[in-house]
Parts: sequence; structure tokens; C-alpha cells
Amino acid sequence: MSGNSRAQVRNGTLASVALLIVFLAAWQWGPELLGVPSFIVPPLSMVAHEFVHAWQFDHLLFHTGVTVGEVLAGFILGSLLGAVIGYLLGMSPTAEFALSPYILALQIAPKVAFAPLFILWMGFTVYPKILVAILIVFFPVMVNVLTAVRSVDPDLINLARSFKATRAQIFWKIEFPTSMPPMFAGLRIGSTLAVVGVVVGELVGGNQGLGYLLSFGEGQADTPMVFVSIVMLTLVGGIAYLGVIIAERRLLHYLPARSAGHNQ
Amino acid sequence: MSTDATSVIRLEYRNVTMRFADRTGRGALTAISNVNLAVHDGEVVSLIGPSGCGKSTLLNIGSGLTAPSEGAAFVDGERVAGPNAHVAFMLQKDLLLPWRTILENVMFGVEIQSVPFAERKRRAEKLLASFNLAEFSGHYPHHLSGGMRQRVALARTLAVEPHVLLLDEPFSAVDAQTRMVLQRDLARTLKQSGKTALLITHDLSEAVTLSDRVLVMSHRPGTVIDEIVIDLPQRDDPIARRHEPKLNDYVARLMDRLDIGHDKIEQQAAGGAA
Repeated sequence: MSGNSRAQVRNGTLASVALLIVFLAAWQWGPELLGVPSFIVPPLSMVAHEFVHAWQFDHLLFHTGVTVGEVLAGFILGSLLGAVIGYLLGMSPTAEFALSPYILALQIAPKVAFAPLFILWMGFTVYPKILVAILIVFFPVMVNVLTAVRSVDPDLINLARSFKATRAQIFWKIEFPTSMPPMFAGLRIGSTLAVVGVVVGELVGGNQGLGYLLSFGEGQADTPMVFVSIVMLTLVGGIAYLGVIIAERRLLHYLPARSAGHNQ
Repeated sequence: MSTDATSVIRLEYRNVTMRFADRTGRGALTAISNVNLAVHDGEVVSLIGPSGCGKSTLLNIGSGLTAPSEGAAFVDGERVAGPNAHVAFMLQKDLLLPWRTILENVMFGVEIQSVPFAERKRRAEKLLASFNLAEFSGHYPHHLSGGMRQRVALARTLAVEPHVLLLDEPFSAVDAQTRMVLQRDLARTLKQSGKTALLITHDLSEAVTLSDRVLVMSHRPGTVIDEIVIDLPQRDDPIARRHEPKLNDYVARLMDRLDIGHDKIEQQAAGGAA
């Protein structure tokens, strides 16, 4: 708005870019200077070379595609399920009271620990990976939606009721829109967690996806390949997160000046 | 009560008593006891009383949101059995929906009542124009000041074209100068449209400047203990009424009836919930 904050944005961007250049330079020349062998930390150029190699000969694009598909499926199904259950529990205090100890227990249990179990059940397919992602995405979305529905101003509900609103109208015109900002906070967390769930699933078993490439690289002591996989996974997570933020900015445009990326 | 019997009664409470279960769930707490009052067509009546005397409970009963333990409220002679289209309420909070534009907020009530789009847009635009808010119709609530938001809330209340308005301390959250302007806007609107209103307020001069009559409620269990007919001209101009010398007499009398200035009562009031 003011010249001051515009200058802040410009300086901040410059500093960010400078930091990136310093980081990449340190990656390229740092290991050699410090005497770290390239099988421990391969320099940037080696990883870049490995990237081209993996793209040409190791089906990097295919494995990335598999991971992206699993992340998308897990994220969409997990957040849908989380939102629906969140709304249902939010509207029924009795159900929430009855289910809360089990929900809490499931929430405390490390979801990734279920990966071997799911693979036992479903084999080396994409489904156990998707299932871990669903489970891990479910909770932040459900908890945020539940809390949001529970904290809707009762006077707003009364206002709608005084106009003779039906239960469905109260949901669609008050509760649902009120829950959107907290739900998006949950979706942002979920978008990054989905990648974690999928990778753990792929690490545990299977022969597809970036997680597989990761463990394959480890087995071959191919450090550059491990780095390539990590970079690709970060990229997948970043794009998923960005997608959520773009959707959030469009849907929640009415909120007073907010910086969606900065309040998590 | 001393109003002329020929005019139509729009809003009436007959022997209304309201009890709530207390915190332990065993005993019952009587919030209001045997309230009788009637508001005639086009009349503005204020209700004042100490904190916790059940004024807001009366309002909820009138709007059909709460059912009384005994007795009943009547609107246009019909017993209130639930929310009904002839009554609309407005609170201290503006309750504007942040994801709706000002125009959409004004249309909120009529939209729920399934009034056709063209008609609800026509009503909302007309109301916004009369409150000098037409240029803000496309804005979101956070762009508006507290006073403007409260005016939007009033427009939303009027858009459903209710016979009776129930106003619960509508201006207590805005600053003193804005409040006077809002009071004038409300008074003019009520006069021009001939609407009937029951106004709950803590502000004694607000009660006197805006009303035809002021009803005084007692401590809990609340009941109507006095009625003061405000015999001042210009009910549509509360700012002019503020210059009336008699205003202070009315305020003094209300203070008297509320025991304001007696220490014991003040402690009680401070301890009681709103």
C-alpha cells in the first residue's frame, strides 16, 4: 500500500534471491572446499547431471507422475472425508462426545506407522500409499472444520432462524462459509502432509514413485539420485501447497488484507 | 396501560414468565416473571432495566427464538409459536457476513424468505440509497466503519418488511457521536414507515429521545414496574428532542425508578450478567 511496504517487498525479494544464489554456490563448491567426498554430499552440478540421466534412463517423469497421482488422490479424498466428518461431528455434539476418545487415539497414533500394515493388506499397489495419505490429511482438515462449525456465533444462527431459515439454509449460508478460512488452514497443512504419507508408503514397499527411487538410490549408494528424489518431492509438495494457496486466495478474497502464506 | 385502546396492538406479551435451569440443573432460575405489555401500531416503546433483568429474553420470546415457560407473546393478535416473518430483530452486533457484499448482506433475510431476486435487489438498493450507502453496495463489510455497518444491519432488518422491529441495544457498540446520527436515522425511518418497535437499551436518554413510552423493568425476576409516557414533540428527531428541557426530568425519573445512585443496587448490577 504505502511506499514503505513496497520497498520492504522489493528488499525482501532481493534478499531471498541473493540467499538462493549463496545456497546454490555453497552446494556447488562448499563440499570440495570442506573436503566432503561427493558420495556424501554430491555438488549441485552432479545432481543436475543425475537429474538429466534419471529423466532419460530411469523414468524419472513416470515415477514423479505416480507420486503426484497418489498425492492428489490422497489429498482430495482425505480432505473431503475430513471436511464431511468435521461438519457432521460439528453439528452433532453427542456424536463428537462419543467418538472423541477414538478420534484422539487415532490422531496421536503416528499415521505413517500404518504403512506396512496397509501394504500387507493391499500389496505393492498405489492403494496403500493413497490410504496413508488419506489418513494423514484427514485429521488437520477434520479438526479445523469441527472447531470452526462449533465456534459459529450463535447470534448469527439466531439471525438466520429469525428469518425462518431451514437447517440446510443455516448450513449453506452461515456454517459452511464461516468454516472456509479454518478449513483452508487445514488444507494447507494437509497438502504438505499428503506428500509425507505417500513417500513413506512408497519407501516401505513397491517399485514405483519417487519414494521407490529414493530407496533404490540408497540401495545403490547413488547419493545424487537420492538428492534428485528429495528435490522432486519438495517440488511436488511445494506445488500442492501453492495450489491450495491459489484456491484460498480466490475463494477467500473477501477477507481483509491477509498474507495466506505467512500465518501457518 | 394508558395508551388509547382504539389503535391496533401489534406486539403483546401476556403473563410471560421464563425460567431457566440453573447451573446444577436442579433448581430453576426465574428470569422474567409475569410480564404484560402491549405495543400499538406505529408506536416505539423502550424497555429499560438493570442488567440481568431479562430484557433480551423478552426479545427472544417476541421473535419466536425462545418459547416462554408460561404465557405467550402475540404479534398482530397471533400467538408467536416460532420465528415469523412479521418480526425482525437487530442486535448490538451488526452480524454482517464477511463473505457477502453490503448489497448481499442487506438481501440476506429476504433471500432466506425466498423473495424473487429482482424484488430483493430492488428493496436492498432502495434501503441502501435511503441510508446514503448506495456507493458501498459492492464493498465488503470490513471496508465500512462501525456506524455504517450498523446502518447496513438496520437495512437488512427492514428489507424483510417486518411489522414489528425488536432492537436490542442496537447502538451501544458505536461511539457517542455516531450513535446520535444512527438514532436520528432510526427515528426517521420508523416514523416514515410507521413501523412498530420495541427497543431495549441501557441508555436512558436514548430511551427518552426515541420513544413514545418507556417501560421500566425490575431486578430479576424481571417484570414491568413502571410506564412513563414521553410527552415530547418530534419523535422523528431525537437530536431536537435532546434540546427539550423536559428531557432531563424524564431521565431523572428513570434514574429514580432504577435506583441509580444507591450503592447496594450498583453492586448487584455489577455482579449480574447482561
